[in-house]
Amino acid sequence: MAETAELVIQDLHVSVEGREILKGVNLTVPTGEVHALMGPNGSGKSTLAYTLMGHPKYEVTQGRVLFKGEDILDLEPDERARRGVFLAFQYPTAIPGVSLGNFLRMSLKSVRGADMPILEFRKLAKEKMTLLKMDDSFFGRYVNDGFSGGEKKRAEILQMALLQPQIAIMDETDSGLDIDALRTVSEGVNAIRGPQMGILIITHYQRILNYITPDYVHVLVDGRIVRSGQQDLVEALEARGYDWIINEALNPQGV
Amino acid sequence: MAEATEVLDVGQGEYKYGFHDPEQYVFKSRKGLTREIVAEISAIKNEPTWMREYRLKALEQFEARPMPKWGGDLSGIDFDDIYYYLRPTEGQGRTWEEVPEYIKTTFDRLGIPQAERKFLAGVSAQYESEVIYHSIRKDLESKGVIFTDCDTGLREHPEIFKQYFGTIIPSNDNKFSALNSAVWSGGSFVYVPAGVKVDIPLQAYFRINAQNMGQFERTLIIAEPGSYVHYVEGCTAPTWSSNSLHSAVVEIIVKEGARVRYTTIQNWSNNVYNLVTKRAQAFRDATMEWIDCNLGSMLTMKYPAVYLMEPGARGEVLSIAFAGRGQHQDAGAKMVHVAPNTSSAITSKSISKFGGRASYRGLLKVHKGCENVKSNVRCDALLMDEESRTDTYPYIEIEEDRVSIGHEATVSKVSEEQLFYLRSRGLSENDATMMIVNGFIEPIVKELPMEYAIEMNRLIQLEMEGSVG
Repeated sequence: MAETAELVIQDLHVSVEGREILKGVNLTVPTGEVHALMGPNGSGKSTLAYTLMGHPKYEVTQGRVLFKGEDILDLEPDERARRGVFLAFQYPTAIPGVSLGNFLRMSLKSVRGADMPILEFRKLAKEKMTLLKMDDSFFGRYVNDGFSGGEKKRAEILQMALLQPQIAIMDETDSGLDIDALRTVSEGVNAIRGPQMGILIITHYQRILNYITPDYVHVLVDGRIVRSGQQDLVEALEARGYDWIINEALNPQGV
Repeated sequence: MAEATEVLDVGQGEYKYGFHDPEQYVFKSRKGLTREIVAEISAIKNEPTWMREYRLKALEQFEARPMPKWGGDLSGIDFDDIYYYLRPTEGQGRTWEEVPEYIKTTFDRLGIPQAERKFLAGVSAQYESEVIYHSIRKDLESKGVIFTDCDTGLREHPEIFKQYFGTIIPSNDNKFSALNSAVWSGGSFVYVPAGVKVDIPLQAYFRINAQNMGQFERTLIIAEPGSYVHYVEGCTAPTWSSNSLHSAVVEIIVKEGARVRYTTIQNWSNNVYNLVTKRAQAFRDATMEWIDCNLGSMLTMKYPAVYLMEPGARGEVLSIAFAGRGQHQDAGAKMVHVAPNTSSAITSKSISKFGGRASYRGLLKVHKGCENVKSNVRCDALLMDEESRTDTYPYIEIEEDRVSIGHEATVSKVSEEQLFYLRSRGLSENDATMMIVNGFIEPIVKELPMEYAIEMNRLIQLEMEGSVG
């Protein structure tokens, strides 16, 4: 069987500190497609993002996550990264004293398994930074330390552009961005996306989906995907909010 | 020719400087400390009477003072079980070829003098009690810069030497300054004439080789008005199962408008007591900077001090301490403001791992009438595991109201969120931890010359990995 970089989530149950948050998620993101995962606050969106990347706080009690045909749930976060999984964080962590340039180079080396000559790396990074309207001074700044909300999100997408993952999970990348920053970030993502990369965009609002058009949309409510569709589902959510879909999910008889 | 041999492993597996040479010394004192031994050291060195008297008086002061009860545990020191003076060679090399082969091999293994060829203005290497090699760039010598060992300083520049020696740290300052004053040998004597700026660092390297050795180097630096010098010292010792004692005294005079930076990369093996007194006086508009990195030793007690003597003087201490298995780093700083319009800053970073203990102990004193003093103290401690320990002892004595004083202390751990973030970018747990630790000490490491910064990060990495046994 030919290897594909398809992400397949099967019956995934996840608990945090003993409380079950994901209650059987099934979702497939084929290579080259962009899927949006929408849902109200507390539905488990970020739990799914952290679980896919392997955060130790999230305990998988049932189910599988297959990537390139292999169950990645037993892999450490760095092993997942090396296999091509990427998470753009909602709240990127500051690493004081570590310059973004150093961090990017180390990260690229770790993911690729080989160092890149410094000049070649600089050229590549600069190219991607231009795309995201980031000036050279970012190189010397400490990772996410004192970054504004918009700068943090751009730095996340910069990492995505450099590491070229095969599946990228973007956790509320749009939160805290003004309209200009949202456009810049979205244009960056559109430039990066391609047939070799699957993207899962996690968002509460539809507005980022005005810039990055998803192939499919899924709605997560109370730890389960309750509905999947295409652009028309996004529009329905925009027009009617989440309540109708929540009611439908909780009272399946009362349609 | 002798060859360096590996010594027993006492659980410091990654300490790559733990080898030792067989002893082939021209003089080795008997163990213990008596008037006769002190007089003998003075006689071997052909010293003037005043120095001989100074030593003998210091010995009395040493004997009269009780062991300090604070700081670290000094109970393992047996003053009768120490060799106070070891003379490895007859003379001192001016060229590397003149240094005995076995010592040369040792220093080659330690990376001296390759370093010298690349980026140093002068090099001094002390082996046991004596400086066995030193050199200084010719152009600096012709400008009147003196960089030699303290014994030569006393012999060849007696006027300057006598004018300043013991004036910043009197022999009776504390028990260990008294001990050093009685048996001192080697160290560095640096004199920078007015207006001369030594653009690249002078480096001194200290090596203890023998078991139960006491090394008591003495350093005196005089920076005349408007001058600048950066002095760097490094130190290592073999890993022996019994203890050695290193007790230095460093005195620095920074005159009007001058600036001195003194950088230490202390990497003694974990059987060395490192009890050092370092103090500078900074005069009008002068700047004194101590950059103090303590990685090695069993116990270090060291608090580099700056006395801010005249308006405009500025003092700074940047320190890093790493306390690993069986280590106690009791390090810190002292800033004493005795003039108005002076400023000081202390930044201390410590890392404790494998049950090590790091203490910050600092004194900030502002005398009455010293208006417009500005001082800022910041201590950050990073605890790598549950068994390690960190303490902060900040003593603040302010006798004047019109001052601006800031003090901040933090204790942190490597956070799960930082680790996860870095690991999600492909870094292994070790690489991620190292990156966080390197970031933690970066504000200080960035002040080191590049070659030392690289070395420092490498040493920290070795310490973080620890021994496997």
